[in-house]
Amino acid sequence: MKYIDDTVVMKRMKSRLKYNSLWKLIFLIATSLALLTLVILLVRIVTQGSGHLNLDFFNNFGSRFPDKAGIKAALIGSVLLMLIIAPVSMILGVGTAIYLEEYAKKSKLTSFIQMNISNLAGVPSIVFGLLGLTIFVRMLVLGKSLLAAGFTMSLLILPVIIVASQEAIRAVPKEQREASYGMGATKWQTITRVVLPAAIPGILTGTILALSRAVGETAPLVVLGIPVILQFLPDSLLSQFTTLPLQIYDWAKRPQEEFQYVASAGIIVLMILLVIMNSIAIFIRNKFQKRY
Amino acid sequence: MVELMNKTNKTETIKIKTPSELIGQSTPAVDKRSVFNTKNFNLWYGDHHALKDINLDIKENEVTAIIGPSGCGKSTYIKALNRMVELVPIVKTNGEINYRGRNILGASYEVEELRTRVGMVFQKPNPFPKSIYDNIAYGPRIHGIKNKKILDEIVEKSLRGAAIWDEVKDRLNQNAYGLSGGQQQRICIARCLAIEPDVILMDEPTSALDPISTLKVEELVQELKDNYSIIIVTHNMQQAARISDKTAFFLNGEVVEFDHTDKIFSTPKDQRTEDYISGRFG
Repeated sequence: MKYIDDTVVMKRMKSRLKYNSLWKLIFLIATSLALLTLVILLVRIVTQGSGHLNLDFFNNFGSRFPDKAGIKAALIGSVLLMLIIAPVSMILGVGTAIYLEEYAKKSKLTSFIQMNISNLAGVPSIVFGLLGLTIFVRMLVLGKSLLAAGFTMSLLILPVIIVASQEAIRAVPKEQREASYGMGATKWQTITRVVLPAAIPGILTGTILALSRAVGETAPLVVLGIPVILQFLPDSLLSQFTTLPLQIYDWAKRPQEEFQYVASAGIIVLMILLVIMNSIAIFIRNKFQKRY
Repeated sequence: MVELMNKTNKTETIKIKTPSELIGQSTPAVDKRSVFNTKNFNLWYGDHHALKDINLDIKENEVTAIIGPSGCGKSTYIKALNRMVELVPIVKTNGEINYRGRNILGASYEVEELRTRVGMVFQKPNPFPKSIYDNIAYGPRIHGIKNKKILDEIVEKSLRGAAIWDEVKDRLNQNAYGLSGGQQQRICIARCLAIEPDVILMDEPTSALDPISTLKVEELVQELKDNYSIIIVTHNMQQAARISDKTAFFLNGEVVEFDHTDKIFSTPKDQRTEDYISGRFG
């Protein structure tokens, strides 16, 4: 007795195959929509902005006149901000990840900490802006400075770096640690000589991706009261500054149509900066990744 | 092709030593000193009582095999000897394990000190993803040796000691991951020799290896016992019979029998030992 009847199977075959291709089409449309949006965005920005992309654009400060408006202060401000965020967030983030993965005993407290780190990663960035305003700008009297903004942004991306680093550290096989401990190495020697060298590619990739998020972030800086236009470059950690997204935001909201094109030019610069950073992350991942 | 022929020639020269030959060599003329004297040792993983009242006296310059079915506690016991078992957070112990007369479970005994004297070779070859040279030099370096000349000497001596020097001497700077599994395991043995240990613990060192590599490691164990005390966990009874002087049979976390290997395999006292070695279970 056969349960599967060949004639029935053949009769249903056509509709099954049709249904199969229908779903393929739906998924293809979904993918195309995302791609299409990206293409429209890029085409629009490039056609609008490329006219303003010249040497003067990089050499000029902000201005009331679209022709004289430049991105110098914003670009340098963004780069300087990144130079503060990178070491601060990396030292704190990797340190926390090492503590949680290698030192902390599994307890209710550590799983509570772990849960809160994951939750922090989902907190809206504007909330971090309010935190930074309260603690760094007012309580520690750092003002609307590079340092205050750098610390705020570091806190913002800290959870992402911690989680990425933890995953990289966890991916180092336990056999590697055992080999090291088995020869009488201390925990610190094992971490610096075995765990970190193997985890560094993952840690750096996560950190750079988090950094590029920080570079594109606007809301916390608005809350901190960072100016959108500046006529000078910051000369110390405590001086005022502005960043690319803020500058772009300012241009985009101006009534003159010409400023829309200036804003597009600014977006091109910001996107190139992000593409460079992401490329570095991919390069590091491919070059140093070790397989076990 | 030439290389291949050389390899086959080498494998032919390996002789399997019969148990009677081994016992002939190992009959002690004088009473040997004890390296690990375990007294009333108990170990729990959480609520699971994994080792029950273990009493074992392991002598120096002997190969001691620990056999038993899966889950009998043999790996747990050997990992207790260098306190590797403490890496599992829920482990609790009581009793004594005296290494050369000093209780390693005592509060004053630093694990780092113990593990410098008691080296370990693991079940799965676990070289570091570093060069062969850096793998061997890892141990000496963590113990503070920086002099390149001394390190060179240690690397050569250890690789020769693990009978792998001729195979790797021209590619010391290549990644150890490029070697075969059997070579990797001998690199791990060399890495263990580089810290100049007193005792070498081997946790099923050949279970991941092919038969030829297994023979090489077994022969190596025979050579090493002149200078080291070796404790080897194995689930391969023939291996225990071939290479060990004494054998301990573990079952359900207890030592059923511990005696000279020839006695265990010819005239076991306990019925359970006899059932196990004759293949009735396990």
